[in-house]
Amino acid sequence: MLQQYSGLGIYLIAAIIFPFIIVFVALILGPKRPNPEKLTTYECGLDTQGPTWVQFKINYFLYALVFVVFDVETVFLYPWAVKFQALGLFAFIEMIIFIAILVIGLWYAWKEGALEWM
Amino acid sequence: MDNIFINIAGWIRDFIAGFGLSEGLVYLAMVLVKFVAVLVFVLLNVVFLVYMERRVAGFFQERLGPNRVGPQGIFQLVMDILKLLSKEDIVPAGADKLVYKTAAYVIFVPTMLVYMVIPFGKGMNVIDLNMGLFYILAVSSLTTLIIFMAGWGSRNKYSLIGGMRAVAQMVSYEIPFVFSFLGVIMLTGSLKLSTIVEAQQDVWFIVLQPIAFIIFLIAGNAEINRGPFDLPEGEQELVAGYHTEYTAGRFAMFYMAEYANLLAMAAIGTTVFLGGWHGPWLPGWLWFFIKMYILVFGQMWVRWTFPRIRIDHMMHFNWKVLLPISLANILVTGIGIKAYEMLRTMGWW
Amino acid sequence: MAIAKQEGNFRTQEFILNMGPQHPSTHGVYRAILTLDGEYVVDLENVIGYLHRGIEKLAESRTYTQFIPYTDRMDYLAGMLNNWGYVMTVEKALGLEIPERAEYIRIIVGELQRIASHLVMVASMALDMNGYTAWMYAFYDREKILDLFEMICGSRLTTSFMRVGGVPNDIPEGFLPKLEEFLKEFPKRLDDFDNVITGNEIFIKRTKGIAPIDGETALDYGLTGPNLRASGVNFDLRKVRPYSIYDRFDFEVPVGTNGDNFDRYNMRMLEMRQSLRIIRQAVDNLPEGSIMAKVPKVLRIPAGETYGHIEGAKGILGFYLVSDGGTKPYRIHVHAPSFVNLGIYPYMAKGTMLQDAIASLASIDIVLGEVDR
Repeated sequence: MLQQYSGLGIYLIAAIIFPFIIVFVALILGPKRPNPEKLTTYECGLDTQGPTWVQFKINYFLYALVFVVFDVETVFLYPWAVKFQALGLFAFIEMIIFIAILVIGLWYAWKEGALEWM
Repeated sequence: MDNIFINIAGWIRDFIAGFGLSEGLVYLAMVLVKFVAVLVFVLLNVVFLVYMERRVAGFFQERLGPNRVGPQGIFQLVMDILKLLSKEDIVPAGADKLVYKTAAYVIFVPTMLVYMVIPFGKGMNVIDLNMGLFYILAVSSLTTLIIFMAGWGSRNKYSLIGGMRAVAQMVSYEIPFVFSFLGVIMLTGSLKLSTIVEAQQDVWFIVLQPIAFIIFLIAGNAEINRGPFDLPEGEQELVAGYHTEYTAGRFAMFYMAEYANLLAMAAIGTTVFLGGWHGPWLPGWLWFFIKMYILVFGQMWVRWTFPRIRIDHMMHFNWKVLLPISLANILVTGIGIKAYEMLRTMGWW
Repeated sequence: MAIAKQEGNFRTQEFILNMGPQHPSTHGVYRAILTLDGEYVVDLENVIGYLHRGIEKLAESRTYTQFIPYTDRMDYLAGMLNNWGYVMTVEKALGLEIPERAEYIRIIVGELQRIASHLVMVASMALDMNGYTAWMYAFYDREKILDLFEMICGSRLTTSFMRVGGVPNDIPEGFLPKLEEFLKEFPKRLDDFDNVITGNEIFIKRTKGIAPIDGETALDYGLTGPNLRASGVNFDLRKVRPYSIYDRFDFEVPVGTNGDNFDRYNMRMLEMRQSLRIIRQAVDNLPEGSIMAKVPKVLRIPAGETYGHIEGAKGILGFYLVSDGGTKPYRIHVHAPSFVNLGIYPYMAKGTMLQDAIASLASIDIVLGEVDR
């Protein structure tokens, strides 16, 4: 178990190192002739007007809230699904209750208009 | 033939053990060796996929596609790599340099992490985590964060909109994607990928879980931002979306990650639904490869057929169609398993 | 700039985004200044003039014949129709009768050009929704038409085919069989195209009911051509004021109902089939005879004003010609349909989503060469 996760650590480190190699190779191979014009932000050939980092209107804000609810629910559903066959009838009834809760939650969000793009 | 790669790994292992290292260190060294093997495999496939995508697109569009460089244009991919690597590296003056650069460095990491647990054949995985599927879901959703970093850090309005769209996509399609696996997990009772493949010895899960498979295909396509869900890139409105400002090696990372993700999604689909390495006559790893490429071809087919979906339709489709169906699928699977057990205990099966 | 506004409990800012002149889907060097609130277009401003070449001014220093090649550089997707509009105006000013056969040839190439232009429109509309395959399909067929043009006048895009008094070349050998083949194949290809894109669920969802223009508004903005007919106004110069010999042909004018993006797209699809009918009849009734009227070597138009117009691929293409009796026009003004149609774009885009605004721009089918002239 511990060995597996130390392996994962090594793997992760190796995976992080690799992109540096590629970018480094590209830095060596590529030309380096920067000029201010080149370093400007691309906006169809013109200078940008106004700030870019604005209070962006994310129309999916309510979706995101519902998403958090469901994402947390999946954390419970996974262990349950693994043990589903072992737990027998208890798990089955529990599942029906749990899914009923999910469905009611979804129905409520739907009814309240959280699932509308605004 | 079946064990060719396992045997090679065995020889390397013996070779490393010959230096008199402790068992733990040999294990870690082997992880590194396998990492390199997977990396080479992924990179070779990625360059091939770029070429394949063009040829497939050409095939669907009644044109030839690249066919000039080498026989059938096969060396096009070499030229592509050389071209990408020999471009000037530009970091826009206005960008948030730390976020901008970090995004390019880490975009490939989640993808590589996914490959860690994929069993390419019997016993052919880097580390067979006992919670493999859960691990895949955990690391694959990191990609969204990185895309958002790229979009935000570039300080470009197109990139910003692209990054915001990527989040919208993740917020919606993550749920059905996660739910589509639940039926399979209920059937196998394990999150370990090798166990899931073993369980498909007799019947593949695409037969038992056809609806989950379709949900997986759609949601998976959205997860990796491929058409018709390529909103974060949205060439027509966002020029190149979140990677508008990237050049040279950094752009290459995004480009490679995109195709590596495509392949990873096909690999997951093969493992979970298409029976992994199972198949007659041919060696297991070859079967895995064939199935993977069938899924990849399917995804290319979809991409070159459908126009891009609009962002609000995308959200509606997910929350009002896919999610209820995937919930129903879990319920039906549960009832089915229980009914099967009851019939068997009563001796009717 | 960036007005913070209170909306419910969320405070969001609008921001300004340049779309163009270097942008993949502005159909040329057109620039739109978008004010966006998240994904929604709050305001849109047209900026044109990047492709201005002063064609109308250039005309004043060219003879009447020399101006013909300039016309097909305006709407470079419908060169034949531009030539036609211009030479017809000059003929009208001169009071020339042109031979029967020349009229038929003009009709054949004109309608072929209309199909080619509409093909580009439906293709780019599909492409602006990322329907790459549909785009390639349409360009495959357009290629066939351009091949036909190459046979008849040696040029594919900027044809400069028509002359004052007729056409310079007769139909070459092998042209008619190739045209027959095209007439036979093309309806099937159109069906294929319908299968790929028109019947596609995503496409329908993204176009039906988007950016609707009612007939009244369309007339107010001066829309013409398929854009106007999509809004339910049955106005086609070929029917209403038949020019050339259009009164001899049997064809229908498709009229839309909602004036939304889908209708505008569908008008083109239906018109292509009608154009095929016209070409069919023209080929069947093609008379023998001369192709050029007796025209003096040096054209002198009597002093005065003439206005001639045809139903171009994008709307009414009008030429207003003022002559002072010399060999060169005193002034030429072009009523360019693209320019007029572009005027309604801010109205269409306001309140729609960014993705739909792009599709709306494709749906009004502008060519920047014609907008800026």
